[in-house]
Amino acid sequence: MTDDVGTWLYAVAEEFPGDRLDGLTGIGGRPVRAVAAAGLTAVAGTVDLAEFGAEAIHKNMEDLDWLAANARTHDAVVRAVADDRAVIPLRFATIYRDDDRARALLVERRADFVVALRQVTGRSEWGVRAYCDPDALRRAGAAAPSGRATTGTDYLLRRRAQLEERSTAAENAMTLAAELHACLIRFAVAGRQNPPQHPQLSGAADWTVLNGTYLVDNESVERFTEQVAELESARPHVHCELTGPWPPYSFTNLDVS
Amino acid sequence: MTELQPRPPAHVPDDRVSLVDLLDRVLAGGVVISGEVTLSIAEVDLVHISLRALVTSVSALAEGNHP
Repeated sequence: MTDDVGTWLYAVAEEFPGDRLDGLTGIGGRPVRAVAAAGLTAVAGTVDLAEFGAEAIHKNMEDLDWLAANARTHDAVVRAVADDRAVIPLRFATIYRDDDRARALLVERRADFVVALRQVTGRSEWGVRAYCDPDALRRAGAAAPSGRATTGTDYLLRRRAQLEERSTAAENAMTLAAELHACLIRFAVAGRQNPPQHPQLSGAADWTVLNGTYLVDNESVERFTEQVAELESARPHVHCELTGPWPPYSFTNLDVS
Repeated sequence: MTELQPRPPAHVPDDRVSLVDLLDRVLAGGVVISGEVTLSIAEVDLVHISLRALVTSVSALAEGNHP
């Protein structure tokens, strides 16, 4: 009976020897194994459904510590495999009844996986977040009058100037984001701008103007990272953070012709 | 044989930021295939307030990010 356990899938790659996964520990502290079919290998592990079954996992995902620990483990396994081969990461909590069902998936979706693997081979994902001092964004617009309002009309004029200043700053932020993105995409195969994270999350007082992620050819990584540094040094009020290499989480549905 | 070991990213700015980066990718990225036990996490209603606060990427220009 296999009612109490399931097969957790981490990633799919072109078939490789299963012993390359020896010693790798996955979710729940259990070993990671290769499940092969149709010339593909799914990197898999066993999970207890008491903890990871449909009902339990919904509840457990509300526990941030649980989520963080398991997300890190999932990523660590994907990353370990991605270290020396192209992989398609599977989304967190893709769980099959058993290995046979996972093999059936590989057979059925082989063509899709092959295309997806081709798109990420020899490439990695890089995240670039750019922060900007909001004052600098406001300064780029017209300055609002200073001092105290003395009349109602004066107040209204000042209020309008403040609102204009604010929307100017927002527009400047968008212009800056588009500018940075356009510079970075030249050194990438693909890229996209994600919504900036909330300042409470990023912990930064500055505005996040760009939260971009890019798929970069391995031979272009140096030029890409240099470009990040150049963009930053050319703009004193902008601070960039680079993360990577990541497995290609954001580029598994690429339509690259 | 090359031994495979988990390796941290080459550039890790900050624990909190990197967890958000990680969750953004692990929960929202990757190939979505309907597992038979757990359907896609995309369908999970992330109701818990602290979790939602962490994983929801808020559009800075639309709300909340302006002082």
